[in-house]
Amino acid sequence: MTGVEGDGSATAQEMASAWAQVEGARHPDRPYSLDLIARCLDDFIELHGDRQGGDDAAVVIGLAKLEGRRLAVVANQKGRTLEERGRRNFGMAHPEGYRKAQRLFALAGRLQLPVISFIDTPGAYPGVAAEERGQAWAIAQTLEAQLALPTPYLAVVIGEGGSGGALATLLADSVLVLEHAFLSVASPEAAAAILFRDAGRKQSAAAALHLEVSNLLKWGIADEIVPEPPGGAHTDWDGTAALLRPRLVAKLEQLVAEGVGPVRRRERYRRLDGLFQA
Amino acid sequence: MSASPTYSPPKAVAAEKSGAVVCAVCSSSQSAGEAAANLYVCLACGAHARISAHERIRQLADPGTFKVWDVGLEGSDRLGFFDTRAYVDRLDEARIRQHLPDAILSGAAQIGAIPVGLAAFDFGFLGGSLSTAVGERLARAIEASAEARMPFVCVTSSGGARMQEGVFSLMQMAKTVAALHGLAERHLPFISVLADPTMGGSIASFAALGDVILAEPKAMIGFTGARVITQATYEQLPAGFQTSEFHHARGLIDQVVDRRELRPVLTQLLRVLSAPAGDIEQSAA
Ligand SMILES: [Zn+2]
Repeated sequence: MTGVEGDGSATAQEMASAWAQVEGARHPDRPYSLDLIARCLDDFIELHGDRQGGDDAAVVIGLAKLEGRRLAVVANQKGRTLEERGRRNFGMAHPEGYRKAQRLFALAGRLQLPVISFIDTPGAYPGVAAEERGQAWAIAQTLEAQLALPTPYLAVVIGEGGSGGALATLLADSVLVLEHAFLSVASPEAAAAILFRDAGRKQSAAAALHLEVSNLLKWGIADEIVPEPPGGAHTDWDGTAALLRPRLVAKLEQLVAEGVGPVRRRERYRRLDGLFQA
Repeated sequence: MSASPTYSPPKAVAAEKSGAVVCAVCSSSQSAGEAAANLYVCLACGAHARISAHERIRQLADPGTFKVWDVGLEGSDRLGFFDTRAYVDRLDEARIRQHLPDAILSGAAQIGAIPVGLAAFDFGFLGGSLSTAVGERLARAIEASAEARMPFVCVTSSGGARMQEGVFSLMQMAKTVAALHGLAERHLPFISVLADPTMGGSIASFAALGDVILAEPKAMIGFTGARVITQATYEQLPAGFQTSEFHHARGLIDQVVDRRELRPVLTQLLRVLSAPAGDIEQSAA
């Protein structure tokens, strides 16, 4: 059992450090998935639709190559312009987005393609239509689709990793996280509303949730923190990609060599929290 | 996994039987005996009150058959979490009040003389939220059922992730889904029963993956709560939004079952799903 890693309410320094993690991940000039895909992968071709009647632009799927190796790609996509933000719904998927991801996992399994996912979402879309069409069911099925994937699977958290929506493309054999990205059970605002009944206390919530990226490594949820250029990814997209691409190549080589698959992946997520090892 | 040879419901169930019971919906009052005999369904309006995990087991398991699993398995305060109070204090208080180590009770039981793995969430224990210990107890119950070649029945009543355990709570969604594969690979059924409420990370993981999904009437079920949706989108909520009936009408739930019919319906389901010797399960290559 790991010892207690803090106690009492957060200090000003803890709040500042946890909140900096959140602000870095949300910076409006930060490279989004397609920006990094264009710079890290070769020959990316986007595919469209869940084949069940929808094509959610908050999730992008496609095929690409990396150092000659064939790949399937799935990514959360935020919008840059006002029009694109609306069309991509700020990177928050509806059930069609999760079903689109499931289609990608099925395709990858059939064609024996390794998968790379790019995670950058505040969470699943909190709306009436999403609930009417089975948001929770879509996410649950996507969790299982990831665990059942027969090919190597690498995930990269490039910005916000919010809640169950992020988990839908996170359950990989290896998880990379950019230096200024974060993963959280809920957005700091939502957590503050629940914990303090005050969404304004988001900085306290971020500190209480220990959102600093180093913790993900310590806890075994992430396998590697990928450094960003000095000043952060938002100052230098090419530099960010130049640091990320070799890590993708190396990790993917490693996973392919290890011959990973559903047995090992299920075991990883079954034992992940490192507790209760009787 | 540790199974106790005998199980006697703790005082929590007895406590539910003392004093008058007032319906949260229509405010009509019933005597304690009446309420218990009617399984805490309001005699006046049919509202299904939230019940403890111990009471749920009492209602569903054949008398004397429940053998609790993982009695001593408790979680801890991994983050040293403090909001308006220390999480460790909240945990201790809930353990004493609910007579449970965490928000779920699981064990081997019989329903209609058919052996099953049976788990029930306890909403009174920090909103039935999905902690590491709850995830672990649930995963172990699923695995124990699979190991013993028994169907698995889980009655969920859970607000979703337990914020105080941060990202560890989130990862329980993955843990429970990973464990369910043990049933699938042995061709054993998972019957998921949704009680009020089943929200967030609980319905977006194991609870939505039942081979058969039942729900109690008018239970609130959904990924994002109505209040958050209204605040985030200003959308008008349709009538009956996120109730069992709402999801049933959209093909997401197989049957809405009155609590007084739940045991007979489960018995019938389990009987239909019981594999006779020599059927396809055994003969498949
Ligand atoms: Zn009533």
